[in-house]
Amino acid sequence: MDIKVPTMAEMAANGQKPDVLFWVGCSGSFDQRAQRITRAFVKILNHLNIKYAVLGTEESCTGDPAKRAGNEFVYQMLAMQNIEVMNNYGVQEIVTTCPHCFNILKNEYPALGGKYRVRHHAQYLQELIDQGKIKLTDATSFKGKRITYHDSCYLGRANEIYEAPRKVLELLDAELVEMKSCKTKGLCCGAGGAQMFKEEEHGKLRINEARTLEALEVQPDIVASACPFCNTMLTDGVKGKDMQVSVKVFDIAELIAQGQGLDGF
Amino acid sequence: MVLTVIQSLCFILFVGGCGYIAFRGFRNVYLNIMLGRSADYTDHPGERWKTMLMVALGQKKMFKRPVAAMLHLVIYVSFVITQVELIEIFIDGVFGTHRIIFHAWEHILVLRGLYVFAINLIEVLSVLTFIVTVAFLYRRDMLKLPRFNKPEMKGWPNMDAHIILFLEMFLITNIFIMNSFDMAAAHGEYGFWISGMIAHNWEGLNEGLIEVFEKIGWWGHLAGVFGFLMYLAHSKHLHILLAFPNTYFSRLTPKGYINNMPEVTREVKLMLDPNAQVEPAASDAPAKFGAKDIFDLTWKNLLDAYTCTECGRCTAQCPANMTGKLLSPRKIMMDTRDRMEEVREKMDANKGVWVDDGKNLIENGYISVEELRACTTCNACVEECPVNISPLDIIMQLRRSLIMEDSNSPNEWNGMFANLENNGAPWQFSPQDRLNWEKA
Ligand code: SF4
Ligand code: SF4
Repeated sequence: MDIKVPTMAEMAANGQKPDVLFWVGCSGSFDQRAQRITRAFVKILNHLNIKYAVLGTEESCTGDPAKRAGNEFVYQMLAMQNIEVMNNYGVQEIVTTCPHCFNILKNEYPALGGKYRVRHHAQYLQELIDQGKIKLTDATSFKGKRITYHDSCYLGRANEIYEAPRKVLELLDAELVEMKSCKTKGLCCGAGGAQMFKEEEHGKLRINEARTLEALEVQPDIVASACPFCNTMLTDGVKGKDMQVSVKVFDIAELIAQGQGLDGF
Repeated sequence: MVLTVIQSLCFILFVGGCGYIAFRGFRNVYLNIMLGRSADYTDHPGERWKTMLMVALGQKKMFKRPVAAMLHLVIYVSFVITQVELIEIFIDGVFGTHRIIFHAWEHILVLRGLYVFAINLIEVLSVLTFIVTVAFLYRRDMLKLPRFNKPEMKGWPNMDAHIILFLEMFLITNIFIMNSFDMAAAHGEYGFWISGMIAHNWEGLNEGLIEVFEKIGWWGHLAGVFGFLMYLAHSKHLHILLAFPNTYFSRLTPKGYINNMPEVTREVKLMLDPNAQVEPAASDAPAKFGAKDIFDLTWKNLLDAYTCTECGRCTAQCPANMTGKLLSPRKIMMDTRDRMEEVREKMDANKGVWVDDGKNLIENGYISVEELRACTTCNACVEECPVNISPLDIIMQLRRSLIMEDSNSPNEWNGMFANLENNGAPWQFSPQDRLNWEKA
C-alpha cells in the first residue's frame, strides 16, 4: 500500500509551511528494513493529522558517517548543502527517526548556520502521548509480551535521552525488562562511528553479537530499538543466533503504530 | 641547642631539596600540557565549579561502582586529613620543637581536645587505609581483576600501581612508629588510642632507644611524604592533584557533540563558492587536518592524559575492547602521556628546543591504526571516566589526520565517501530514489 507523503517543495508551491519537517535519513530512505520504520512513523503522523513534510529528493545524508570516520570535508559539504536547503524553506522544527541524524542536526549543524529545534521521534512520540493524542486501540495485543529496550548510544549517552523511549513503550500493555547493561551503561550495537560501513576489526566476536547475547539473556519476545542502525545490527544478531522466529526486533514507532491498529507498513 | 640547630638545618635542606625535585617534575608536566593547541574551556564558570565539586571533590562518578568507591573514599579522606599532622611535622622540623600544636594549647583545653581528636581520627583512618591498601593489592594481584590486567598494564604501569600502594603502607607504618614511640616516651600524655595500644609493646625499653625510634618514625613519615611528592609527577597518581583542574575544564557540551573544524569550513565555503566571504586563517602555516602528534592535540587532551589514573573503567566498558579488539581507551591516554614524556626528554637534551624526531603518536609503538579504526564513538569510555577524561576526543582527532592527511582509509570507507559525494548517501542509491519508501 502506497502512502502519500507531502514534500517541502509541494507545500511551498502551494504557499504552505508544515509545522514540522520529518528528516528521514539515509537508512530510513533506502534500507528495506528501515523503510518499514519510516512508513510506520509516517502512518502515525498521518493518522494524527500532523502537518509535516519531508524533503524527499532534496534531502542528503547529514554527513554523520563521514564526520565520524574522520572525513570532515565530506561532512561539511553535505551539511552546508542541507542547511541551505532547509534555511531556504525556513525550517524551524525537525523530527527524525535516526539518533545519528538527530545528534548531528541538533549539536553540530548550529555552528554551520543550521539552527533548528530538533527532536528524535522517541521524544516526539512521548510528547504526543503526554498530550493524550496517541491512544492505542490494540494495546492488548502486547499483553504478556516481554519487551527489552536497547539504548542507542547517540540517543542515550550522547544526548542523555533514556526515559522518553521507555515512556513510549510503557503505553503498550507489555512487560518491560532491562538488559544487564542499560541506560548510561548501555552496550553499543557496533554500528556507530561509521562502523556500519566497514568490516569490524579483528576480535573475539562481533559487537552486535555481544549485544544480542545480552538481549537474549532476558528472554524477550521483542527487542525494541529507536535507531535504524541498531535495528539492523540486532536483527542480524538475532538471526545469527537463529532466534528470529521467537524474538522480533522492532522500532518503537512500529510498536506504537501496531498498537494503534495501523497495519501494513 | 647545637643539635637542634643541626636538626633544623637538616630538615630545611631535606625539604628544600625534595621540594625542588618535586617542583621540577610538576613544571615539566605543566610545560608538556602547554605544548598542546589552544582551546577554550572557560565558559560557564558556575557550571564548571559545580562539576569540579561534584566529580573531583564529591567523587560522584566513582559511585557507579559502590564497593570500589567506598574503598577509594577511605584512602582519599585519610589522605586529606593526614595533612593536619603534616603541618605540625613541618613546624616542628623548622623550629626544632616537638608536638608544637599539642604543647601550645596546653591551656586551651578545647583546642587541645580537638588536636587529640584529629590525631585519633588520622589513626583510625590510617588503619582503615592500611586494610584498603591490602584489599587493593589483593584485588590487583590475587583476584586479578580484568581491568587491571590488560596488556597495556604490563611492566611499568603495573609497577607504578604497586609503588604507590607500598608507599601508602610505608607512610602509615611510620605514622604508627612515630606516634606509638611518642606515646611511650611521654607515658601516654597525648592520649592517642591506637598508638597508645601499640605503645604497650615498647614498655621497658630504654628511654634513649624509644626516642631514637620516634625520630625514625618522624623522619620516615617525612621521607615518605616527600618521596610521594617527588614521585607524583611521574606516576598515574598525579590524578590526586589534576582531577581538580581536569574536572573544572570539563567538556560541557553533550557527549555526542564533535566540534566542526573551522579550517575545513573555510575551504568548503571557498569550494562551494569561490567568492564566499570567509574568515582568514588563524596563521599562515598550511592548515593541518586532525592530529598526528601531541602538538596537534589540545592542551585539554594533554591534561586529560596526565590526569588519567589508569583505572581502566573506560576500557572495561568499551564495546571494542570487550569483544577482543585491540582498542583500549585507557591505552590511548597512556600512550599520549608516554609520548609527552618522550618529547620532554628529547627537548631537555636539546636545551628546551624541539627538533622533529621523525616520530609521532600514530604507530611508532604508540597508537596503532587498527586501534583507531575500531572505535564506534559510543561514548562509553567518556561516560565511565571518574575524572571526566575523553579518550574519544583524541581518537577522533587522530582519525581525522589518517583520513584527511594520509588518505589512509579502509576501502569500504573510500567507497562510502565517494557515494556521499556523488549521490548524497553512504550507499550507491540515486538521490532520485529517496522517496521510494512511499511505495510498499
Ligand atoms: S567511544 Fe570508542 S574508545 Fe570509547 S568506549 Fe566507545 S568504542 Fe571504545
Ligand atoms: S581515562 Fe578515565 S576511566 Fe580510563 S583509565 Fe583513565 S582515569 Fe580511568
